[in-house]
Amino acid sequence: MSAMKEEKSFSQGLIAFIEEWKDKPGNLIMILHKVQEEFGFVSRDSADTVAQMLDIPLATIYGVLSFYHFFKMTKPGEHNIQVCLGTACYLKGGETLIEELTGLLGIEIGAVTEDGKFSLEGVRCVGCCGLAPVMTVGGEVFGKVTKDQLPGIIAKFK
Amino acid sequence: MAFRNYILVCGGTACESSKANAIYEALVSECKAQGVADEVQIVKTGCFGFCEQGPIVKILPEDSFYVQVKPEDAKELVAEHIVKGREVKRLLYAKEGSRKHAKVEDIEFYQKQFRIVLRNCGFIDPENINEYIAREGYVALEKVLFEMTADDVIAELRTAGLRGRGGAGFPTWMKWNFTKQAESDQKYIVVNADEGDPGAYMDRSTLEGDPHSVLEAMAIAGKTVGANQGYIYIRAEYPLAIKRLEIAMAQAREYGLLGKDILGSGFDFDIEIRLGAGAFVCGEETALLASIEGKRGMPVPRPPFPAVKGLWGKPTVINNVETWANIPVIIIKGGDWFSRIGTADSHGTKVFALTGKIRNSGLVEVPMGTTLREIIYDIGGGIANDREFKAVQTGGPSGGVITKEFLDTPIDFGSLTKLGSMMGSGGMIVMDEDDCIVDVTKFYLNFTVDESCGKCSPCRIGGRSLANLLDKITKGKAELADLDQMVEIGEAMKKASLCALGQTAPNPILSTLHHFRDEYLAHVVDKRCPAGKCKSLISYHILPDKCIGCTACARKCPVAAISGERREVHVIDQAACIKCGVCYETCKFGAIEVR
Repeated sequence: MSAMKEEKSFSQGLIAFIEEWKDKPGNLIMILHKVQEEFGFVSRDSADTVAQMLDIPLATIYGVLSFYHFFKMTKPGEHNIQVCLGTACYLKGGETLIEELTGLLGIEIGAVTEDGKFSLEGVRCVGCCGLAPVMTVGGEVFGKVTKDQLPGIIAKFK
Repeated sequence: MAFRNYILVCGGTACESSKANAIYEALVSECKAQGVADEVQIVKTGCFGFCEQGPIVKILPEDSFYVQVKPEDAKELVAEHIVKGREVKRLLYAKEGSRKHAKVEDIEFYQKQFRIVLRNCGFIDPENINEYIAREGYVALEKVLFEMTADDVIAELRTAGLRGRGGAGFPTWMKWNFTKQAESDQKYIVVNADEGDPGAYMDRSTLEGDPHSVLEAMAIAGKTVGANQGYIYIRAEYPLAIKRLEIAMAQAREYGLLGKDILGSGFDFDIEIRLGAGAFVCGEETALLASIEGKRGMPVPRPPFPAVKGLWGKPTVINNVETWANIPVIIIKGGDWFSRIGTADSHGTKVFALTGKIRNSGLVEVPMGTTLREIIYDIGGGIANDREFKAVQTGGPSGGVITKEFLDTPIDFGSLTKLGSMMGSGGMIVMDEDDCIVDVTKFYLNFTVDESCGKCSPCRIGGRSLANLLDKITKGKAELADLDQMVEIGEAMKKASLCALGQTAPNPILSTLHHFRDEYLAHVVDKRCPAGKCKSLISYHILPDKCIGCTACARKCPVAAISGERREVHVIDQAACIKCGVCYETCKFGAIEVR
């Protein structure tokens, strides 16, 4: 059974976390965060495993997963590029950064490059409005980004 | 003073991302290397608010304000300022165009500010409870535990006239009183830190810079209404704030300020963190509570209000971060003191996130009643790049725009609503003449459409229809009747939507239609975008008398739409042009025109 196989790949820490939260009310979102922290996304197999461990329907899990933007159901690239599309960044050219990046990487928003290196997302305000426009690569923040800097930033992670 | 100098390094997210951490490390190792480590205390504080100039380093007691500091500057700062006692002039803040090197008190950005909520941000190490305690921290809790009755606390809040800072401005004392009066075996305290409004980041900065102020306020509320469990619902996108909250909670427990039998009073109170997962609607209180319960964050009709029937059906006090951060100060200084700050309608201060086309972006806390002109021109330093002011957007996707003629209105909850906008959480986004009002409105509508939970049809279908109509306008395919239809749909959504998200979603349209009808008409009737933003409505042209034939534009054009020999006037093939604007940016002779 695939779910059982996956459970073996849940780390000891993750299993312990789920056990700890199992009986707390309102645990599902916290557990899904932990799963995503470990794998970078929540796969069908992971969702199956969580459903079994918590003894809740898989549909409940997918209901929550699909509702919240933060949860990913497909594997992101090795370096996930997030371009902030909060209002300040939008006014200062966040869209242009995305257009340029789709050209540079050859992928649309939400997709992963063929070699699995990069994925591209437009995200909600990251709260660094003073640095607009802002993008992050694998958590590292780049502020006041211009189109011309993009090839250099990407090259850093290649 | 135990130390000769104190070096404060901004450790807010914006500064951290521009290498504040590396600066801190560099300063620590330089102080060791230059043998002054014992004489200097280096502290990583919360946000200074002046994000435009970050990373910021402040050195006390001289009060020197160093801006845009780089890790490489650490050596010079220590050698010159600390060892030799000479300020490093080149790193001191100077107002654009002036030579005067300013101390904090001379900086206009800070002069009109009055800090209650941000009182400790940029002063204390948020990861050290002792520094909070040294600045009257947990004094208010002690007072509530031993000297005040629950009714005293509520009376104090009532005198203070504190209104919720999350957007709606509901009187805080009333919320607390409802929960206090509700009979139940279990009650809850909840902090709404799901700061989803794009362009607002005061809650994040408060939690990063002064987490204990919120924890203390929660315990005060717990004692007042009879709750012993609290939850902080915070965006997962704010890892630094989460980390500092966790550290603060652990330290407070260790000091007996959270947990069982707080300060020997017999009162138990503890707090758990719950993470949001990127759903704007969860800023709505009933949706937020559903999310804490682990469910899809969908709102339910009110009443019953959460104050009576909230988390897991129990009475729940739910307030926004900024509201919480005001509480300890009100308890210490009294409701009377607080009520004297601000206007008759709204007491106290408000924190605004001043962003967009402004010279000094940053977090600004001012007394209610300060005018927009003071905030934008005195504190914010005016519009960047000497462009013309067009409008300021307040209230985010639920708010509207305020134009030039209203810049002198003293702002509070009432005045903003009267102008057709709203306070919201305090995002203040400045737009200049290059911004297209229709385009920005479309941005907000696309946001609310994306974030609508889909539960009620006015919001789900109405929002989509509005976004489609705006799209039509920006593409030059709309007719005049479409403008009336937008108003009609918008008014219906306001009346029929289930929660504030749908009820306020049409506001950006209604407000901009009112103030900028001309600009809508230009799009609809003349098929023209005056700001030159809407791609379907503009075209790029080369001015024959200015083009010198340098070929720079032709070489940069990604679709080879520009032709012309060297030293001859170039021409853009309109059919091939994708309107990316590269030629416009490339031309050094101003020979390219947007029509």
